Amino acid sequence: MSAQQVAPTRMALQMYKGKLLGAKKGYELLKKKSDALKARFRKIAKQIHELKQVMREDAATAFFSLTQAAQYVAGDFRGKVLDTPRPAAVRCRARTDNVAGVKLPVFESYETGSEAKDNIGLAGGGQKVGQCRDKYKAWVENLIKLASLQTSFVTMDEALKVTNRRVNALENVTIPRMEGVISYINRELDELEREDFTRLKKVVEKKREAAAREQALKNELAAANKLLETDEALAASAAVSGGDDTMLDEFDTQEQGDVYF
Amino acid sequence: MDESGKLIAIIGDEDTVTGFLLAGVGHRTVNTTNFLVVKNDTTVSQIEDAFNRLTARDDIAIVLINQHVANEIRHLLGSYSKTIPTVLEIPSKDVPYDPEQDYIMQRINMMLGAGQS
Repeated sequence: MSAQQVAPTRMALQMYKGKLLGAKKGYELLKKKSDALKARFRKIAKQIHELKQVMREDAATAFFSLTQAAQYVAGDFRGKVLDTPRPAAVRCRARTDNVAGVKLPVFESYETGSEAKDNIGLAGGGQKVGQCRDKYKAWVENLIKLASLQTSFVTMDEALKVTNRRVNALENVTIPRMEGVISYINRELDELEREDFTRLKKVVEKKREAAAREQALKNELAAANKLLETDEALAASAAVSGGDDTMLDEFDTQEQGDVYF
Repeated sequence: MDESGKLIAIIGDEDTVTGFLLAGVGHRTVNTTNFLVVKNDTTVSQIEDAFNRLTARDDIAIVLINQHVANEIRHLLGSYSKTIPTVLEIPSKDVPYDPEQDYIMQRINMMLGAGQS
């Protein structure tokens, strides 16, 4: 692991603490984004599901009305429709919708106003042809809605994958690695501190020992001096108080004799 | 006339294409069309060609394709990865729509099914 390459200093520790904080914040935010996307994703999936059912019915009615119009009322106009040159009257424009920073394309249909004026059904069944046209228009509307949903679905699927990958990478790789680095630095710093402490203790001990030895030496010296002094003093006093003692002795006995007897 | 919007392309049988053209989706210019009518004698390579041509154009936003036609070029659809144009499978008159064959529907069913269990 990269923890071994980090210098175990307080500065690096501070730096990694900051990084860890950032990673955690990022993880939370990404998690939120992923949740938001997931919620939207489900909604879209459900909408697609429903719209596909609607589309099936749309298709059925549209085909039915076309068959009615072409086969029984207006004669077969399919070839004529297919061969008529025309610009598109229904187009769609793409708008983007933003969900948690993911851009989703949304198609909107609009008519250019160049309504085709082919003379189909002039001889009869014009109303049926018109109905058929309306049916197909409704179908196209729904299909465009469905297309935007489907595009969103695909885009969102992609975005969701990327976000989830990031969330997992932060949760399972980046954050544990930073925590590992921080604990490594802490351990190393503690170790250094303990080393320092022991060293200090040792120094203090040595100093104390030295002081004690010195003190002992001093004491001995002092004691010797004192001994010497007292010896001298004793000798001197003995010399001085020789006569005094005898005098006092005599005095005492005399006094005592006086008082007690 | 407003040309900024994008077109909807159609690959399908005669009825489908006619209907959409009637609704005003078709766009025919001198040398290109945005639709292909698949008849009984249309070959798979023609469909493939049309699909590739339509999806390569940048003025097309949606490609509608009949499901039975889509089944013919399933290999192309499977490897199709662009978001725009969107390929949408639609039912045709003769063949009822089967959601099981649409890969988006497969995904959705799987997801919703997995979500509910």
